[in-house]
Amino acid sequence: MFNDRTAKFLLLAALVICVGGAFAPNWIVNQFMFGFSRALAILGLMVLWRTGLVSFGHAFYFGLGAYAVAILDSKLGVSDVFLRLMAGAVVAGVAGFLIGFIMRNYRDIFFAMLNTAISMVLFGIVVKTESLGSTDGFAISASTIFGLSPETKYPLFVIITLVGLTAALAVNFYLKTTFGKLTTAIRDNEIRVEYLGFSVAHAIHLKYTISTILAGCAGALMAMSLGQVDPESMINWTVSGELVFVTILSGPGNVIAPFIGSLVFEVLRTYAFELAPQAWQLIMGATFLTIIFFLPGGIWSLIEKLGGKKNEK
Amino acid sequence: MKNKLLKGALGIAAVSAVALAGGIAHAKDTITIAVPSFLTGGAAGPFGIPAMNGAKMVTDAINAGKLPAPYNTKGFGGATADVIALDEGGGATKQVAEYRNLVEKRNVDAIVGYISSGNCQALAPVAEELKQFTIFATCGTPRIFEEAERKYVFRTMGHATADNVAAAMYVKEKFPDMKGYTGINQNYAWGQDSWRDFDLTLQQIMPNTKASDKTQFPKIFAGQYGSEISAMSLDKADLIHTSFWGGDLEAFIFQGNARGLFKKKIGVFTVGGTAAYRLGKKLPNGLVLGARGPYGILVKDRQSTLNQWFINTYKDIYGIYPSGPAYQYGQAILAAKIAYDKAGSDATSEQLADALRGITFESFSTTIEMKLGNGHQAATENGYGITEYDSENGENVVKDVKFYPASCVLPPEGQNSVDWIKGGMKGAKC
Repeated sequence: MFNDRTAKFLLLAALVICVGGAFAPNWIVNQFMFGFSRALAILGLMVLWRTGLVSFGHAFYFGLGAYAVAILDSKLGVSDVFLRLMAGAVVAGVAGFLIGFIMRNYRDIFFAMLNTAISMVLFGIVVKTESLGSTDGFAISASTIFGLSPETKYPLFVIITLVGLTAALAVNFYLKTTFGKLTTAIRDNEIRVEYLGFSVAHAIHLKYTISTILAGCAGALMAMSLGQVDPESMINWTVSGELVFVTILSGPGNVIAPFIGSLVFEVLRTYAFELAPQAWQLIMGATFLTIIFFLPGGIWSLIEKLGGKKNEK
Repeated sequence: MKNKLLKGALGIAAVSAVALAGGIAHAKDTITIAVPSFLTGGAAGPFGIPAMNGAKMVTDAINAGKLPAPYNTKGFGGATADVIALDEGGGATKQVAEYRNLVEKRNVDAIVGYISSGNCQALAPVAEELKQFTIFATCGTPRIFEEAERKYVFRTMGHATADNVAAAMYVKEKFPDMKGYTGINQNYAWGQDSWRDFDLTLQQIMPNTKASDKTQFPKIFAGQYGSEISAMSLDKADLIHTSFWGGDLEAFIFQGNARGLFKKKIGVFTVGGTAAYRLGKKLPNGLVLGARGPYGILVKDRQSTLNQWFINTYKDIYGIYPSGPAYQYGQAILAAKIAYDKAGSDATSEQLADALRGITFESFSTTIEMKLGNGHQAATENGYGITEYDSENGENVVKDVKFYPASCVLPPEGQNSVDWIKGGMKGAKC
């Protein structure tokens, strides 16, 4: 599991980032927390994308993760970071597993839009229900770690980095197993995969569930780093679009890509917002077009080109 | 492998160095004030842009020492202020992230603004956490200072309770025969609070009237109200209360007018003031119009030097009369000046907060007493009028304007708005 280049790089990078974070100013720590939280969801979408499936509704699971944290906090006062993370993952995972029975039968645009539809149902429910915070959402109290409440955000930052590392290693490992390798096989020729003796439906169901658990974790961590949830920023279709945007920005080449892409996105948005308060969306849109025209393989393909190395899979 | 590691380490070092360098640049003869307001989306044109214009105009005048007395000293405690304009759109969560950036990355000295109650509610705890001096200019939910004690957060105008208690009193005075009422309000803190306060007050002061059981709560920034308008047209209620603002307000007026809604029903618009100058002839006659206090069209005739300076300067620069948001942002900037003048240009957030807490000052159109929420929440008078198109001058005017003093429409210090209204508004001096 740890003896390929990607895994070694991940371990080293995580170490450097954790140490570096102790000396970095707060806003950079924030950018990493937001970026790495979102990267988990991107990792899941990347697995789906390699299978040839694009979901325009993963904000559903992202939002479930975030709202699980918010509701545990406001109704039961649960503040432990691991309980919160677990809750996000379980709620999103169970929902994903159940909905997966439907989703595994659809492909292409039907898969994409069915996901959107389900996410908008949740959006509608939350917006219209005052006890779920409607459009305002909830503020979330600071997370505690085994009963201790840290003074700074650094411990949470380390936890997010380590969760990200674990997820990246696990997905990296999964993609190397037989079931994982079916991702590209399914995209290329489903019938042949069936003839090889594998169930395409089962394989897709598994990948779908993995992606929903990851999206749930992402939502939970994002909610904890931001200290606030609202439907506009967590469940709306624009969030699903944003996740797809970052997936394309990152590229499907490697499990490291979502983390780099997500960070780039976060920094880009911060600066676009700072430089052009009235036209920041324009900058984001232009970047998106540029990526699609000139870097269809995402930022990862640029890194590969610059590194002059062959992609490892 | 080593190469990659080195590159990574260098990258992080570079990023940190840039960040540190950014943090040091700081001087005492200038201060930075961040002014968030809606610059994109439907709320920008009618609300966000006038607000920003008001803030910039007043800041420029203060920097040049050109405000009328007693504010004719130059600068903020002598320092020139740079305004950072900032978009308030995108939801509360995004605003929390941006707020942290403002404080931790851009090192602003003061933050003055915010229109949406949802944003203010999300940001108040963050401001307290980061210990950042912040003045909320416009947002209206009373919950901000009623749910928790604040140390660094202020609001320089009255809250939703004042708007809606005053509206109910005005309705009682002008339409004593009203039998039933309904409402259309946005489904978030502001809309929910507004309807609650209006409904509760009418239950107290006009106990024979009845609220419709089909009140409408569309989503904020929905923009389309066809089905709600149909439902309200069929409703027996003869009065419609709304706290719509910005683009939603104008969309509702256009769509309701086209279906004759305001011919059949009395419309009570608690934030209608911004539409008065923008819509011209398209604004129906006979609407009960508020501006969330003594601002905009309601105070156009007040002759004080400060008010006339505000109206004339704004009209000269932007070619239109200043509406409520321009006044509200203008007076919030003025409050920042007063705090800086008292505490000095290099004051900390604590010192600025101490300087502003509990004071009374003359703003452009009214007297502001920071006497609620432990001296953090302003109390001002509140008023309403009825719209009429003045065809001679080709502009909208309001007639029968009546103002209610702060002590009449706001709960006394330490009391929760909802409890106060439910308890029969004890201690109100009208």
